[in-house]
Amino acid sequence: MNPDADQTAENEDLLAALLDGRLPDERGRFGPFGGRYVPETLVPALDRLQAGIDQHLHEPGFQDCLAAELRDWAGRPTSLTPAPALGREWGAEVWLKREDLAHTGAHKINNALGQALLAKMLGARRIVAETGAGQHGVASAAACARVGLPCVVYMGSIDCERQAPNVDRMKRLGAEVIPVTSGDRTLRAAIDEALRDWVSDPVETYYLLGSAVGPHPYPYLVRELQAVIGRESRSQILEHCGKLPDAVIACVGGGSNAIGLFHGFLADQDVSLLGIEAGGRGGGLGDNSATLSHGRPGVLHGSYSILLHDEHGQVQETHSISAGLDYPGVGPEHSLLASIGRVEYQTASDDEALDALDQCASLEGILPALETAHAFAGARRWAGKNRGKTVIIGLSGRGDKDMPTLSQYPPKKASR
Amino acid sequence: MNGSQRIEQAIRQSGEAGRTALVSYITAGYPAMASFRSDLAKVASVSDVVEVGVPFTDPMADGVTIQRASHAALEAGVTLQWILDEIGAMDPAPSAPVVLMSYLNPLLAMGFGKLAGQARAAGVAGFIVPDLPLDESGELDQKLAGEGLALVQLVSPVTTAARLAAAGRASRGFLYAVTVTGITGGDAGGGGNLSAYLHRVASSSQVPVCAGFGVRSADQVSEIGRHVPGVVVGSALVEALERGDDPAAFLTALRPDA
Repeated sequence: MNPDADQTAENEDLLAALLDGRLPDERGRFGPFGGRYVPETLVPALDRLQAGIDQHLHEPGFQDCLAAELRDWAGRPTSLTPAPALGREWGAEVWLKREDLAHTGAHKINNALGQALLAKMLGARRIVAETGAGQHGVASAAACARVGLPCVVYMGSIDCERQAPNVDRMKRLGAEVIPVTSGDRTLRAAIDEALRDWVSDPVETYYLLGSAVGPHPYPYLVRELQAVIGRESRSQILEHCGKLPDAVIACVGGGSNAIGLFHGFLADQDVSLLGIEAGGRGGGLGDNSATLSHGRPGVLHGSYSILLHDEHGQVQETHSISAGLDYPGVGPEHSLLASIGRVEYQTASDDEALDALDQCASLEGILPALETAHAFAGARRWAGKNRGKTVIIGLSGRGDKDMPTLSQYPPKKASR
Repeated sequence: MNGSQRIEQAIRQSGEAGRTALVSYITAGYPAMASFRSDLAKVASVSDVVEVGVPFTDPMADGVTIQRASHAALEAGVTLQWILDEIGAMDPAPSAPVVLMSYLNPLLAMGFGKLAGQARAAGVAGFIVPDLPLDESGELDQKLAGEGLALVQLVSPVTTAARLAAAGRASRGFLYAVTVTGITGGDAGGGGNLSAYLHRVASSSQVPVCAGFGVRSADQVSEIGRHVPGVVVGSALVEALERGDDPAAFLTALRPDA
């Protein structure tokens, strides 16, 4: 066999292993990616979390409780909405998976609620969480209020400013919000600080990590809790159209909404999966947050994955107009999916995202989050090359929280 | 004698002389790159082992002092290569074995093979990698062992008995007992729990145990020294250097038994 054929066979084996549930493996690896690179103090806490997942997560009792709360409290299932005006504009059939309609306004609630319930079962006395755009912070604050646990949210001071409405929401929901002034003062510094908090009290504190990143078992746990997006989408599109879509498109920062949506379609080889990263203002180091497009393997926040860092292994400052995508790493499962070619990752710039946001708002009457707007920009580009085809866009969250940023960019007349 | 043996011997010799071994931490190139060699020489002159911190952008196990030092060192242009070159160029070499304390990513970026060869050539005796738990450390350990260099394992008060035993077998040079669950520079804790914990660690280890995280006073040094052969002093020394204090005098004052 030639090397290319070897590589193809290996990629197929890895995808088969992922679909069979054999990944992550017992060392927490998705192929080469993942693992647990944390201080020894956290290892017993991660072991307890793993044991808790093994014991509870797929048990009927826990699943019934989670399903009931998702339905009665969080408002699931969320709609799959046809977007005919966008479809006419782009020359494609467009469907929107409406995570913006979930309680607290984004997909983050699926994970926050699931982990808060798990933390309660594991006997946690206190929850810490990090947040970038504030959506995970709000979801955590709400879920902790619901299950009756105190919640501390670390948020970069820059993000506190650009997502001010969410800071107030978290406080109203009873959470303590601690602005992080160290490091890059965005999501990455907030994760550093949440980890420091957890290292200080690994026994009674539960770390409610918000994206599909971090040390094993978090990437797995978050994916399992977000997979509801993909399961619902798949059955809804079959119900509406009688067939699967040609493409499924989601934005990718750490990658939790994308991994949840994609998982429903991974086995459907004819469905193209497309992840859209934040292209920011350009391709240079520091000008974007497009990890899979511009990064190389490295270790940050507990896992080996693709990372934006320099030749000395120092993690790079990133830029994106959207706080939720402004992160130099990406979940290890995305790194695997990129390396085996099952998902294609592209970028959308700040300007393209803003333009797509205006188009969705004016044509469909839906204001998506700036993060989500990147998926729309990617979908518009895909539709231009795939006339008449069907696409589902993961509408991961609503844009109300972005008004402080959007007010700096008056709406242009949408390109009709 | 290889790097692992040099570290172990330095700590044992201190004990034979009736003194608690002092393991001192400085961040490389902080407060100034220009004074790194003289700072290191001075610290080594009154220490049994010196930890040289490799700055990293995301030091998740460190408190505010070492975060600040790491950030400033990176801003000034400190790199792992520069650190190895500086240590290798010192003449005379530091009078105590030097251990590099680094997060994993800068080491990965250099490549473990190149790292091990250059570190040995520079006279470095070993490594401490706070975000590399035992389970993930096989590959680096193998490359370092090939050059006779130590990979020091860390344990903490929440480490289970089984993991403690494994770390005690695997660690080379010394075994680092973190005295608190927490980040560097915090409260060192103490009391009966500390003594029980340190005895548990000492009885599990095949190499000398050094304990620290937040040690600031001579009293703490002598308290910890009653239970284990060595004490690690980190943030407090970095703060002394920031103030412009003489590091040798600061460390000497921590060792009433010296």
